[in-house]
Amino acid sequence: MNKLWTRTLEAVAKKPNAINIMSSLLAIVGGLLFGFILMLIINPNLAFYGLYRITVGPLSSMRDIGWVLRNAAPILLTGLSVAFAFRTGLFNIGATGQLTVGAFFALYVGVNWTWLGPAHLWVALLAAMLGGALWGAIPGLLKAFRNVHEVVASIMLNYIALHMINLMVRMTIYHPDERALYPASSARLPSWGLESVFSFPGMNIGILIALLMAFIIHLVLNKTVFGYELKSVGLSRPAARYAGINEKSRVVYSMIIAGSIAGLAGGVMFLTTGIPFRLSNVLLMQGFTGIAVALLALSAPLGVIFAALFFSWITRGGNLADRAYDPELIEIIVAVIIYFSALSLFMKQVLADFVKRRTKEDVQLHESQGDVS
Amino acid sequence: MEYAIEMLDITKEFPGIKANDQVTLKVKKGEIHALLGENGAGKSTLMSILFGLYKADTGTIKVNGETVTIDNPNDANALGIGMVHQHFKLVDRFTVTQNIILGYEDTRHGFLRYDAANEKIKQLSEQYRLNVDPHAYIEDISVGQQQRVEILKTLYREADILILDEPTASLTPQEIKELMSIMRNMTKEGKSIVFITHKLEEIRQVADRCTILRKGKHIDTVNVKDTTNEQLAEKMVGRKVLFDLDKKTAKVKDAVLEMRHASVLSPVTKQQVVKDVSFTLKKGEILCIAGIEGNGQSELVYGLTGMYPIIKGNVTLHGEDITKSSIRKRSVTGLSHIPEDRHKHGLILDFTLEYNLIMQSYFTEAFQKRGFLKFDAIREHAQELIERFDIRTSAGPVTMVRSMSGGNQQKAILGREIERDTDVLIAVQPTRGLDVGAIEYIHRELLAQRDKGKAVLLVSYELDEVFNLSDRILVMYEGENVGVFDPETITEQELGLYMAGSKRSEAS
Ligand SMILES: Nc1ncnc2c1ncn2[C@@H]1O[C@H](COP(=O)(O)OP(=O)(O)OP(=O)(O)O)[C@@H](O)[C@H]1O
Ligand SMILES: [Mg+2]
Repeated sequence: MNKLWTRTLEAVAKKPNAINIMSSLLAIVGGLLFGFILMLIINPNLAFYGLYRITVGPLSSMRDIGWVLRNAAPILLTGLSVAFAFRTGLFNIGATGQLTVGAFFALYVGVNWTWLGPAHLWVALLAAMLGGALWGAIPGLLKAFRNVHEVVASIMLNYIALHMINLMVRMTIYHPDERALYPASSARLPSWGLESVFSFPGMNIGILIALLMAFIIHLVLNKTVFGYELKSVGLSRPAARYAGINEKSRVVYSMIIAGSIAGLAGGVMFLTTGIPFRLSNVLLMQGFTGIAVALLALSAPLGVIFAALFFSWITRGGNLADRAYDPELIEIIVAVIIYFSALSLFMKQVLADFVKRRTKEDVQLHESQGDVS
Repeated sequence: MEYAIEMLDITKEFPGIKANDQVTLKVKKGEIHALLGENGAGKSTLMSILFGLYKADTGTIKVNGETVTIDNPNDANALGIGMVHQHFKLVDRFTVTQNIILGYEDTRHGFLRYDAANEKIKQLSEQYRLNVDPHAYIEDISVGQQQRVEILKTLYREADILILDEPTASLTPQEIKELMSIMRNMTKEGKSIVFITHKLEEIRQVADRCTILRKGKHIDTVNVKDTTNEQLAEKMVGRKVLFDLDKKTAKVKDAVLEMRHASVLSPVTKQQVVKDVSFTLKKGEILCIAGIEGNGQSELVYGLTGMYPIIKGNVTLHGEDITKSSIRKRSVTGLSHIPEDRHKHGLILDFTLEYNLIMQSYFTEAFQKRGFLKFDAIREHAQELIERFDIRTSAGPVTMVRSMSGGNQQKAILGREIERDTDVLIAVQPTRGLDVGAIEYIHRELLAQRDKGKAVLLVSYELDEVFNLSDRILVMYEGENVGVFDPETITEQELGLYMAGSKRSEAS
């Protein structure tokens, strides 16, 4: 058994992709374990039941699976947004602001521009991307030309977006009697039969849009000249500059694209009948979950798909387990699992060290010891 | 005779390559022991094992006759082993003292005790004549001094055995002299030194014995006095190395690159670091920019390639004004650039080798179609360059550049830039960190490029290289062109006077 384990590790160590997947899986196991310990502490009698509900619960009905898929869509997109920015060396903590602006643009078009006919939905989705792109462009421009750190700029923009959009929603798409309006039916995401497949009335094609986007970003990053440039800038700005890449413009493009993906998340979330846009003083959480998604996926666009599905699944599991624990506790437990899972990178290091000791093989993961040329 | 260090039958395998294969290294107490070998021979790996950065697969290490295990640098420190890496690891905004005590702080009630540290550093500095001011900030002192801070750091930790990995690669000749006398002072105090260098002359000057590695294997350990440089080189490369270049007379053709009264502003220091420099570079010649490091040579090149702005004067390439052109524009109209700082500019360390080899050409028809990269062409291109420039790696085109040995990283840049086949090749310190075999190869290659009718602008701080290769020598002092000379008629001494600023040519 021990031998087998070592041999597996050895095989894994030779493939950088395999080691990435393995560290993500380990992070998930760690997260679940942590959640389990928390449940044991709170109420040992119900801990096993709770863990069971959280992990296996969502698989018990098609309806639950539908829920998981629908709610994975927005965090898949925000996760993609954060991961994409990461790969180009930027930390997009502003996904939630971009999402909010995107949501407003989508709703504005969705509620008001009913004359668009069959193109209505698609224009609304494009508007969502445009809104997010605008909001992403600002920190991008500040970073490129004024050297303002994107994290600082994005955090401030998150709050500006929150309050500005509250105001604008009230001015332009609220009923006079202060009731939220749903987008016109021509601007709602269709279900394409998914509703009946999952016998879940809220089901729509949001997840398909998100999946498509993940594949597109995967292609852009890994197969194109543009992706090569973006990654160069992300790994070393001076070297990219030496190679004649206009690194300033690449930073701006990168934030525009990241912003548009987060904006699309806003469209996918609100161009439905299920969830109305509420005026609120709290930032939309999906933007932050995106950070955890990107971390768990180690910023790989295809990995983001699985990370988002996992988080959505655990969240559903939490809902199902609320007969065992108070909803507040469940929220904490789910959050703990999610944020612990985001420690993939740390797991990668641990795994590398472990493999090194076990197999006396170096795994080309020696950033820590720096440069000994 | 007792040994300070015995590394016996050390083997270390990385995926795809045996970096050390049954290597034995014995260092006597109080000696300077040189470690010589081609790029990628396994010198740094062997020393990293001794310093606890890597773990050997097999083999034993003895310190002062006792078998030890060294799992990390702390173990090494505890055994009195210190290492100075080729690229320093200092905090710019800390003082010398703060850097030295970092990770080794002496505290009382949770407060740092600077006084004792300062005192000890001052005393060590005097004892070994290091001339370092404990209160100076790292960002304000020269590279040579920074290196002495690194040495002080090991002395402060009471190291008896010092590993110096290519300490002279980035020093000026004067600083090298000083370093050597410091090394001698240390052995007088009974310390032992392992000294890695590619320069045979340096080995001759300070080392007592020399161990030679080739392709991970131990070839021989010799008394330096009993061997000639030719013998050392032959043992190291495995064939005779020709130290004389066969240099034909240059067939100089028309001018390609002209600089007229140009001044360059450094965005870092906001100072004008190149002042009113003019010169003409012609096809078929090697024009060498000589001078002591830090007299504006680097910035001149940055100005030419577009990385720093030219604030006065102009530059033309093929008669076209490129003073304000982008880096990309200059590069595609005919400038290749082997940069001075290979880690900062020349390479993207976390990209694969094949990706690094297309850094200047990924956007051309050869490597992309409608915006999509052509992976087969990229792979093929990498394989060609690996072959042609003898770039040694563990996994071929997909090797992460970070894991490659210093010299092989340099060869990758050289290959990429030479292969582009532009009219002008700008090479800054192209042979820094290369072994003698590789230097010979690069020198030939530069001459071949010249003979093919290319114009080569070479920046070098080494007079040997300057005299061996150049057709004309331009000397820079304090950012100014102090004269252009013919290497056939000027002597080294005279050139030295111009470089030191004590003489100026009226002609220019
Ligand atoms: N972490 C690593 N992973 C994989 N291969 C490595 C690693 N470190 C070194 N190597 C390989 O081991 C070999 C020896 O490298 P090493 O750095 O010891 O050479 P070196 O003798 O110091 O060369 P140079 O003179 O160029 O600095 C090289 O082929 C290098 O590519
Ligand atoms: Mg080395």
